[in-house]
Amino acid sequence: MKYAFETIAVGIGAFLALLGVAFAKDDLFAAHMWVLFFVLLVSTVLLLRRVTFSPATGQSADDKSGYFDEVVRYGIIATTFWGIVGFLVGVVVALQMAYPDLNIEPWFSFGRMRPLHTSAVIFAFGGNALIATSFYVVQRTSRARLFGGDLGWFVFWGYQLFIVMAATGYLLGITQGREYAEPEWYVDLWLTVVWVAYLIAFLGTIIKRKEPHIYVANWFYLAFIVTIAMLHIVNNLAMPVSFLGVKSYSAFAGVQDALTQWWYGHNAVGFFLTAGFLGMMYYFIPKQANRPVYSYRLSIIHFWALIFLYIWAGPHHLHYTALPDWAQTLGMVFSIMLWMPSWGGMINGLMTLSGAWDKIRTDPIIRMMVIAVAFYGMSTFEGPMMSIKAVNSLSHYTEWTIGHVHSGALGWVGMISFGAIYYLVPKLWNRPRLYSMRLVNWHFWLATLGIVVYAAVLWVAGIQQGLMWREYNDQGFLVYSFAESVAAMFPYYLLRAVGGIMYLAGGIIMGWNVFMTIRGYERDEAPIPGNEPVMQPAE
Amino acid sequence: MSEKHIDDVSGVETTGHEWDGIRELNNPLPRWWLWTFYATIVWAIGYMIAYPAIPLINGATPGMLGYSSRANVVADLADAKAEQGVLLEKVAATPIEEIASDPELLQFAIAGGSSAFKVNCAQCHGSGAAGSPGYPNLNDDDWIWGGTIDQIYLSIAHGIRYDGDEDTRVSEMPAFGDILEAEQINQVAAYVVSLSDTPADPSMVEPGQVVFAENCAACHGDNAEGLADFGAPRLSDGIWLKGSTEAQIVQQIRNPKHGVMPAWVDRLGEPTIKQLAVFVHTLGGGQ
Repeated sequence: MKYAFETIAVGIGAFLALLGVAFAKDDLFAAHMWVLFFVLLVSTVLLLRRVTFSPATGQSADDKSGYFDEVVRYGIIATTFWGIVGFLVGVVVALQMAYPDLNIEPWFSFGRMRPLHTSAVIFAFGGNALIATSFYVVQRTSRARLFGGDLGWFVFWGYQLFIVMAATGYLLGITQGREYAEPEWYVDLWLTVVWVAYLIAFLGTIIKRKEPHIYVANWFYLAFIVTIAMLHIVNNLAMPVSFLGVKSYSAFAGVQDALTQWWYGHNAVGFFLTAGFLGMMYYFIPKQANRPVYSYRLSIIHFWALIFLYIWAGPHHLHYTALPDWAQTLGMVFSIMLWMPSWGGMINGLMTLSGAWDKIRTDPIIRMMVIAVAFYGMSTFEGPMMSIKAVNSLSHYTEWTIGHVHSGALGWVGMISFGAIYYLVPKLWNRPRLYSMRLVNWHFWLATLGIVVYAAVLWVAGIQQGLMWREYNDQGFLVYSFAESVAAMFPYYLLRAVGGIMYLAGGIIMGWNVFMTIRGYERDEAPIPGNEPVMQPAE
Repeated sequence: MSEKHIDDVSGVETTGHEWDGIRELNNPLPRWWLWTFYATIVWAIGYMIAYPAIPLINGATPGMLGYSSRANVVADLADAKAEQGVLLEKVAATPIEEIASDPELLQFAIAGGSSAFKVNCAQCHGSGAAGSPGYPNLNDDDWIWGGTIDQIYLSIAHGIRYDGDEDTRVSEMPAFGDILEAEQINQVAAYVVSLSDTPADPSMVEPGQVVFAENCAACHGDNAEGLADFGAPRLSDGIWLKGSTEAQIVQQIRNPKHGVMPAWVDRLGEPTIKQLAVFVHTLGGGQ
């Protein structure tokens, strides 16, 4: 019987979850173990029936290429699905800000929905995009099948289980209260196991490569995987109150705890959302543009500079707090020095188009990738600027920070992932082309305008908020109450939701386009002007 | 190492490697990029010399400018206090009822009270002091504990039913659900509602008046005009703290809710309480 071991292992896991329910020390742990039990029970039944979820029928499981692409196909579908879920929850929390009545206690209150949104977009959407594309890219650029046989499946399904446990935990109210690291200790332990498996699969493939050199995209992917493992383990060091209960206490306290958290939080941005997606960029832009990477030397220098400098920049999240002045200085100067290493990636991405600039006009996928790199450049300038203490004293704790994060997340991370998805789907499912190029164009404009609305509105909102908080009259008295500054945000909150809805609409269009391409349809449509069908050049 | 390879479009040499069809040009680092990178490093070194930067065994290098964010806050606070010092001392020294006779002092006290109100009071009483169910509106002329400036001062300084302050104001209306019949409570509620020209069942109002006189008038007054010394609210002005419907009034008679306000004098200090009292007194309904 195929997958006998896996079936037994998942079945035992379901049984252990049931024991967890029976002996739970608190109700939340019991509820969470019920969730785990039902997920694993359904998985066991499905494994016993050996149902395949291959989305396209008639595909041979063994690819002629010899690469392990089935897991990448699942990864692309998961990325698309979680992306739409994450954007939808984002729109809901944005509307909760404008209309507090939308807080439905207790499960759908803002405090629980907000980590659901951030984790869904960063870890479910972004994480699946990174895992799927890294598996695709490392095999192609190493000319080797993914290391570890079915290890790739373990990474994929193990990661989905992590997402489900994290998300259901948030809604139940289980959190350790660390931003972007909310899951409690037992979910953290599971992610550690999955992440080590991911590292083994990725590194194993690089070690058995048939190319003499390691391609630059793989440096970035590897830096992302290794550093995230380190950050995740250190930041989540904690002592559980009971081994059958949800609560745990951090190994750190006070300002050390805050600094550890922001060392983690900032490098989650640096190594998850920057380094990982730079790996994606370094493969998919040259492939889609069919042009060589602009500068090998720049890629080396900016890679090492970025890796070395990023890890020190976290203290800029704690300006003007109990953190000692010298540590604040450290965070600030390293953030400033990070500006050019970040821009090295932008230069290499944009200049790779030299000789193919016309494609921005004719190819919506290239356009998507270029706007991604443009937003990357903008937010990696904005970030160092906001780390300057004088600027930070105005911007900190305001909506400006939220706008900054979203110009990076929606603009850079989202757009480069969409570009990669549009590139991959026809290739992975062996289709001559996407269902519709015009829908890609619609997605591009909806998403781009959505981001512009979102970021611009929150600049205005954040600066107004910061100015209201620090406004003193000529007698030295505070002018505005906090509640007045909240009330002043209403129109901006509403417009921000509009930007988010546009971005979500683009995501749904992508979902439809991906679905129809996988089903094998081709929309009968006029080609994008200047882009009459051309055969893919031989490789 | 592969053989030399020139990119046709740009005419630039590549590194000779190829991965899945991707090559890399051997372009040099852009000069502006490199020089800007160097400039940020030079700036960072300069900043680290000027400001606290390098951790040592005890503390850190102080930097040539002698900057300290904590010292800055202390200095800023001292400056702010010094600027207000003269007038603040004058507020502290002037009896509260005399503040109004000095226009400059009055203006300063109102501004300071308004500012303190935004930070400490707006959470319950609202930014505009309009209150909300359970939290009194401070703009009207209905004062549960009295609306003279002295009475307002006492309410703010010592709070209402606040355990931590011996001088706090205390009143407790009994739960009449244990004392009166349900029918009597309905009757007295109808009577109380009728006092503010609100339609009520006449057959209930008349017996309600009797119940009121026997049970309620001792605190709320014969004509329900209230009694500030007992903290018994006026019931005849159409202003309701907990709710204006007959059902809500029945509930409040049967099993009254008693709000709590903290004592502020220990937290904010005497002069700020004075300014708050002056500010609240000027809001509209001060007596």
